Amino acid sequence: MVRSLLTPRWTPPGLPAGGAFTVSEIRLSRSALKTLARGVSAAAVATLAFALPAQAANVFRFAFQGDLKSLDPYSLKESFTEGMQQAAYESLVTLDKNLKFAPGLAESWETPEPTRWRFHLRKNVTFHDGTPFTADDLLFSAQRVRASGSNFTTNVPADAEFVKVDDFTVDMVLKKPNPIAIAQFPTWVIMSKTWSEKNNVVQPTPPSATSPSYATLHENGTGPFVITEHQPGVKTVFKKFPGYWGKVESNLDEAVLTTIANPATRVAALLSGEVDWIDPVPLQDQQRVNASGTATVMAGPELRTIFLGMDQDRDELKDSSVKGKNPFKDIKVREAFYLAIDEDTIAKRVMRGQAVPSALMIAPALYDRGAEFKRPATDLKKAKELMAQAGYPDGFSLTMDCPNDRYVNDEAICQAVVSMLARINVKVNLNAQPKAKYFAKVLAPAYDTSFYLLGWTPSSLDSHNILYEIVGCRKPGDKSGRGSWNLAGYCDPKIDEIADKVESETDKAKRDALIKDGFDVLNTDWGYIPLHQQALAWGVSKKVHLTQRADNLLLLYWVSKDPQ
Amino acid sequence: MLAFLLRRVIQAAAVLAVVGLIAFAMFRFAGDPVNQIVGPDTTVAERSQIRTDLGLDDPVLVQFVRYAGNVVRGQFGISYQFRQPVSQLLAERMPATLELAFCATVFALVVGILMGVYCALRRDSWIAGLFQAVSLIGISLPTFLIGILLIYLFSVTLGGLPSYGRGDTVRLGWWTTGFLTASGLKALILPSVTLGLFQMTLIMRLVRAEMLEVLRTDYIRFARARGLTTRAVHLRHALKNTLVPVITIAGLQLGSVIAFSIITETVFQWPGMGLLFVQAVQNVDIPIMSAYLLLVALIFVTINLVVDILYTVVDPRLRLSTGRAA
Amino acid sequence: MSGYDLDAGDAPPVPLPEAKPSRLARWRDSDLLANFLRSKTAVAALIATVLMVALAFAAPLVAPQNPYDPAQLDLINSNLPPIWQADGQAPYYLGTDDQGRDVLSAVLYGLRLSLIVGGLGVLTSGILGIALGLIAGYAGGFLDTLIMRVADVQLTFPAILIALVVDGVAKASFGSALDVGPLIGLIVVSIGLSFWVQYARTVRSSVMVEKGKDYVQAARLIGLSPPVIMVRHVLPNVTGPVFVIATINLALAIITEATLSFLGTGLPETMPSLGTLIRTGNRFLFSGEWWIVAFPGLALAGLVIAINLLGDWLRDALNPKLQ
Repeated sequence: MVRSLLTPRWTPPGLPAGGAFTVSEIRLSRSALKTLARGVSAAAVATLAFALPAQAANVFRFAFQGDLKSLDPYSLKESFTEGMQQAAYESLVTLDKNLKFAPGLAESWETPEPTRWRFHLRKNVTFHDGTPFTADDLLFSAQRVRASGSNFTTNVPADAEFVKVDDFTVDMVLKKPNPIAIAQFPTWVIMSKTWSEKNNVVQPTPPSATSPSYATLHENGTGPFVITEHQPGVKTVFKKFPGYWGKVESNLDEAVLTTIANPATRVAALLSGEVDWIDPVPLQDQQRVNASGTATVMAGPELRTIFLGMDQDRDELKDSSVKGKNPFKDIKVREAFYLAIDEDTIAKRVMRGQAVPSALMIAPALYDRGAEFKRPATDLKKAKELMAQAGYPDGFSLTMDCPNDRYVNDEAICQAVVSMLARINVKVNLNAQPKAKYFAKVLAPAYDTSFYLLGWTPSSLDSHNILYEIVGCRKPGDKSGRGSWNLAGYCDPKIDEIADKVESETDKAKRDALIKDGFDVLNTDWGYIPLHQQALAWGVSKKVHLTQRADNLLLLYWVSKDPQ
Repeated sequence: MLAFLLRRVIQAAAVLAVVGLIAFAMFRFAGDPVNQIVGPDTTVAERSQIRTDLGLDDPVLVQFVRYAGNVVRGQFGISYQFRQPVSQLLAERMPATLELAFCATVFALVVGILMGVYCALRRDSWIAGLFQAVSLIGISLPTFLIGILLIYLFSVTLGGLPSYGRGDTVRLGWWTTGFLTASGLKALILPSVTLGLFQMTLIMRLVRAEMLEVLRTDYIRFARARGLTTRAVHLRHALKNTLVPVITIAGLQLGSVIAFSIITETVFQWPGMGLLFVQAVQNVDIPIMSAYLLLVALIFVTINLVVDILYTVVDPRLRLSTGRAA
Repeated sequence: MSGYDLDAGDAPPVPLPEAKPSRLARWRDSDLLANFLRSKTAVAALIATVLMVALAFAAPLVAPQNPYDPAQLDLINSNLPPIWQADGQAPYYLGTDDQGRDVLSAVLYGLRLSLIVGGLGVLTSGILGIALGLIAGYAGGFLDTLIMRVADVQLTFPAILIALVVDGVAKASFGSALDVGPLIGLIVVSIGLSFWVQYARTVRSSVMVEKGKDYVQAARLIGLSPPVIMVRHVLPNVTGPVFVIATINLALAIITEATLSFLGTGLPETMPSLGTLIRTGNRFLFSGEWWIVAFPGLALAGLVIAINLLGDWLRDALNPKLQ
């Protein structure tokens, strides 16, 4: 109220806009006016003292369930953090609103020969501290991103050598052709060499750092926003960078990020207008948000695929009633599980329609031939027959691992799976835990799970990542990363062969055909049970206009807000 | 007297040492911090490297000695998730928690005493019954549910009161305060009520019980017989006698209010130490968790010590007893 | 200072026992009974408590569904409103939750589970606290100091922190896939470990008063051993206060279990207690599916209020100064 009194656009209640009231009306209540004036001046003092800087600007307030943990752009690979860092830092190559490559700090690039990529850098770009951006910064960043302690080492091919041609031309020389060499460049942002040297942050802040690093709490990018205040876990303030080289779609002067972990509080903050954007909106609250009249839910399919894995590695399952053998090694049991789980009902009920059932381990948006795959229909009768044929007419018991704070309604999905498997007499003990404990249990090196739920977005946005990391054979002591996320220990050497061919195939049609072969092998094996792609659900105030991309990154340069 | 003091201080130090040991020991079981430090794409080799760098592979005893040595020097380490010194994070968050605890205690005292006095004086009136019933609800529903209901009622439905955070704060040196801005004061209301409700019930019932007892004592009867007005008797004599135990309890409760603010801070996203602790538990941020526990223990032990000493000053007979002033 | 407890939901002191040797005798001489029958609140609270306890333990007989059997849940029946609303369906009189679990059945089974957890927790803390209080008060000296310092340490750790410790240690030692039985055990231990201090302090201060009394001296003179004196003569004198604390702690224990489940260390969603039901239900507070949280909430509040009222009445009745 105090703020609106001082805003020029404010119209006294009950009067037509534009302030068309007469002098006599004012005279009528001189004493009232005096009181009002006194109040206003007192309020003005208070406002001037504490609130004025914020009031003049067009401020976008937004709340996320987690924190922006570090400002060092190479320290944490996590989509929300990446999106926030891209407001302040820029990459060589960016993604446009449709996830297609677009020029960033590189105006253009070409491949004069299959192993040489040439980047033409943008001129007249300055970092937030005023120093100009040149080829040296790119060379420095290419080194830093692959140094020990970086969480983004795989974003730039390990064998790539960066050669400076002139101040604004750089060549990337590879040892062998690689059609997806720049696939992860959009999340590799460029840092300033001089700033990093001056502040002693030449090395990335390693996760195990024992002394704080300057880059953790300060940024110096070339992006359209400057981070002026960063209190980890509390709030982060972004302000428009006046010296930005390009035109920015956003009309914001300032953006304030707050962490609100509790879902109910987050929704309340949006409904009461305290924040303009929240992520995520719990599925059950979406109707309420849409009905509020002040905010809407922006939902779209996400690239993340939620799936179930079955341990096919151990000779005997942990915590199962079946002793001496592993029922999941029997393809009939895997098929029975697949057919018993009614994904359509999960999508409709648990996910309230905000999920797309999936026949593949990758989102259709990321694989052009994804639509050719169909999910087998639920068939309880056949599932029971298969169980009987496999020798388990009375079922068996096992434990299922499930995170309860990682994916949309993760625990509810697992509970539904438990009920559905009960119909083929499989008794599932559900062990749902917070993600910290869940990942500690199921990830390498323990792989301590028989049956689990996981979600995956390929960081390269490409099928090869799935065939290599999730489905590839995992071997003890293998440092290549193949099968590193194959918690189920599923293994078919045919897929490894195909994956290797996919990696170096440059012809798109041939490549897509190879990928299809790979997924066909997987599906015939009933190796994994893909469930669905969950929907993104942002709660957005009607005053705000923004772009939602399927990778779930909130990019401030596409956010605008109607001025007060 | 000096010997007594010294012994109590040594005991307090021993308590802190034990808490330190427990704090360290428990968090060896709270999950794997490496998974929280790195993103999901980190390879196994990188993970084990981090594990080694953090010293998580060392024997437990080595880890504890290193930890204890650092704590004595005031170093609680670097938060795994924020990569900032824990002492700095706690210092940043402390004002929020202390202001919340203070407001909750004031709320509990003022409302609790008023309601308690009323219930004692008008023991059989329906308003007293109502107060008793309302106070029962305060301890019958879990704090988190009360908080969410208050948000639903006052932020979403009626509007006006903020649902999260501290509002605008003003920095005074290293302290940030919400007392100097309108939005800061408004933001304090719902969390203070939520946190203070439990203590309010406690104090209300204590005051009622004490008043009922005092009102029956001979000296109140004498005061009445002397012809003092009922109000004077009630307020000047009865209430005054009641207040000593009430203030003692309120003071002793302050420590647990701070500890219990964990839940309130989680519901209201109040940027205090409790929220930091909950975030740390979820993210297996061991340095923050152990520092927080030690800090709460320190606050508690200090309050206990002060109370003990005050009692000794007040009641000389206790100076001779070896146990606590019970 | 004596008798005031730091973490109590109800610190009002139970006055130290008077010179009368046994308070149990007071139960028998029916003063209490007459007093009880005079108090309408107490009678109502008792009826409510007995009714809820009976319903809870008869849950398998009266509930339309076994909410703990996943085979009985069907997603098709999820999120149904109570029977009196437009889409309500029999036999889901109070509606269903997001898994198709019947809310009425879940409340009944949850009530039973909460009572078991709370009851066992109170029993554990009571036995622990009384034993330690007797030892501390009777033995005095070093043992007394030690026990009371341990009590101080314990007080710095609220139940929720203790639960995190116990939960973490247990899961690290036995693997994380625990059945419900051991899980209940964990929560009971957590509650036991966090609530014993009150009993210990109350019993200790009573013992310190009693042990100077003539009858204890006499008992000692005729050669009774300290444990016998403590259990047979001192203990009966503190049953009143202990009983009051236990009643109120039962209510607190049930709420603590609910809070634990809010922080993720409570009972699993597949086998919900009242607390777990409220925790999961509160997600649906804004979405209009109010019945998922409202009925468990009402049941919890009703139970706790009834128990508290009984405790209140008992305390007032046992307080000679108020009679």
